[in-house]
Amino acid sequence: MSAAGVETADTTTQPPSSPGGFDTRTLVRPAVIAALLLFVVLALPSILSTYYVDAMIQVAIWSIVALGLGLLVGRVGLVSLGQAAVLALGAWVAARILFATSLPYPLVLLAAGLITMVLGTLVGLPALRLSGLYLALITLMLAGAITVVLATTNFPNGGHGFLGYNGSAVHIPQIRRPSIANTDTAFLRYSVIVAALMFLLVLAHVRTRPGRAWAAIRQSESAALAAGINTTLYKLWAFALASFVTGVAGGLLAGSSRYLYSYDFTTQESITLLAVVLMGGIFSLWGAIIAGLLLQLLPQLLNSWGVSPDWLTILFGIGVLQVLLTAPAGLVDQVPKDLARLGRLLRGLARRVAPAGGRSP
Amino acid sequence: MIEVTGLSVRFGGVTPLDDMNVSFAEGTCGLIGPNGAGKTTFFNVLSGFVRPVAGTVRAFDQDLLGMAHFRRARWGLRRTFQTEQAIEQLSVFDNVAMVHEHSKVGAASRRKDVLDAISFVGLDLDPQLRVGTLGAGERRLVEVARAVVGRPRVVLLDEPAAGLPDQETERMGEVIRQIPEHTGALTILVDHDMGLVSSCCEKTAVLDFGKLIASGPTAEVLRDERVIRAYLGTESVL
Ligand SMILES: Nc1ncnc2c1ncn2[C@@H]1O[C@H](COP(=O)(O)OP(=O)(O)O)[C@@H](O)[C@H]1O
Ligand SMILES: [Mg+2]
Repeated sequence: MSAAGVETADTTTQPPSSPGGFDTRTLVRPAVIAALLLFVVLALPSILSTYYVDAMIQVAIWSIVALGLGLLVGRVGLVSLGQAAVLALGAWVAARILFATSLPYPLVLLAAGLITMVLGTLVGLPALRLSGLYLALITLMLAGAITVVLATTNFPNGGHGFLGYNGSAVHIPQIRRPSIANTDTAFLRYSVIVAALMFLLVLAHVRTRPGRAWAAIRQSESAALAAGINTTLYKLWAFALASFVTGVAGGLLAGSSRYLYSYDFTTQESITLLAVVLMGGIFSLWGAIIAGLLLQLLPQLLNSWGVSPDWLTILFGIGVLQVLLTAPAGLVDQVPKDLARLGRLLRGLARRVAPAGGRSP
Repeated sequence: MIEVTGLSVRFGGVTPLDDMNVSFAEGTCGLIGPNGAGKTTFFNVLSGFVRPVAGTVRAFDQDLLGMAHFRRARWGLRRTFQTEQAIEQLSVFDNVAMVHEHSKVGAASRRKDVLDAISFVGLDLDPQLRVGTLGAGERRLVEVARAVVGRPRVVLLDEPAAGLPDQETERMGEVIRQIPEHTGALTILVDHDMGLVSSCCEKTAVLDFGKLIASGPTAEVLRDERVIRAYLGTESVL
């Protein structure tokens, strides 16, 4: 099992390299990622139909949410079932600021991230005392509470007062989008760039001091303490970072849906989110993208093929079982291995079919 | 210099440390005793994981028990655990660097200090290798490297050679013998391998059922009647 993903320097298969020295992989990897990102930002939005542009915006948003949850579960070992509620908080805060001010969108995203960070860290406070199943249950209950509160306060719709909700509004104004990203295609580009920034932010943490501290905590709290790590601080830091990126995702969600009142944040969603995050792979940042695709693109694909999305619940259930039983590092780790195995199999077959004395591969 | 006076620990009905009085002066000191004698509990008190019901611990004229547990590493306390604790997901370098970055030593010398610690324990490998891919003996050495990096004052080793084959125990012994000179730290070694303890420690203290039953030069202690009886009382024989 590899620790890794975006930063997989898969040391088991890689020939030892002198520390600090360059091997080609350290250059190839960023280049491939940059090319992929350019394609998704520049080309993809213009070739997709409106239907899939919408879906991909949601993929970008939920990849960020999955990124935050994957950080908690995979890096620190904290299972939170409250992340969809944290996303709802972020969306609420962003919508409120968007209606109340004319601040530039990036600032609104930043503010939504920071305010959600404070609130989401409160959701994480139980993590200082609890872990495992108990933590999962507590965060689920807190998420339920947030959902109930949001159901009574409603999402801002341009009304006045602290809640910014006007129940008798006839004409409901849209939640505004960035001026440079008013169309759906432009908003997709915008969302992908924001998502990329969030991935970079998390990567910068995972690769440095906090990442090492989290790895220590995940393996053993007492060993981490003995190494001088303030485990309380770093656990809260993980919740703060996860909540920040989720809050920013909430800001994108507000702009993407334009009318948040139609959006249902159920606790079911938090559970499904954990399932797809586990399926995508929690030890790798790529896993978060896979989780976003599973959660937001797959249902739309099934829908357009005329298959009921209800099947997904069953599929995700089986997927999680498979991950827990046989592939703890998730699809991101399993699929390349399976492909390699398939490749070997095909090569083996080809060799057998090739006439004797033929060129050996 | 560590001075322990009147140290008692109680877990419900069990008293794993009972009015322990001992001092560890310098160099490498041994701490031995049958299974369940309270050796690990003593280390846990020093680390701050277990709160004693009575007693004081002064380390280099500082009250160790008054310090928050995670601050003790910064002060200079290092330890290894009876069950191996090197972090599998991280590289050898990161495992050691992590301890260094929470020590008092600044970042400027980090790279050099970490590589020094790795070579001090005699690990001749690519520091970027993930610890999970190493063998048991090498992982133990990584733990020792973690314990000696960043100017330690006290190094606690809890059965560092447990489960290792003789040859690797020998290798571990060579490293342990050099710790005090290399780092200046007072080292306390807990182990069941009497060969290892005698070869590393000039002085040794013996615990039995939470009570200190002997302490002094290692050879004398190992000949002590009470010590032999304590060990004969259990299945292991000297
Ligand atoms: N956390 C704990 N709770 C209850 N009893 C404990 C705990 N830790 C150790 N003990 C008991 O304290 C005694 C001493 O254990 P320990 O210090 O681990 O011995 P040693 O390391 O010398 O083998 C044992 O009887 C053990 O069962
Ligand atoms: Mg022990």
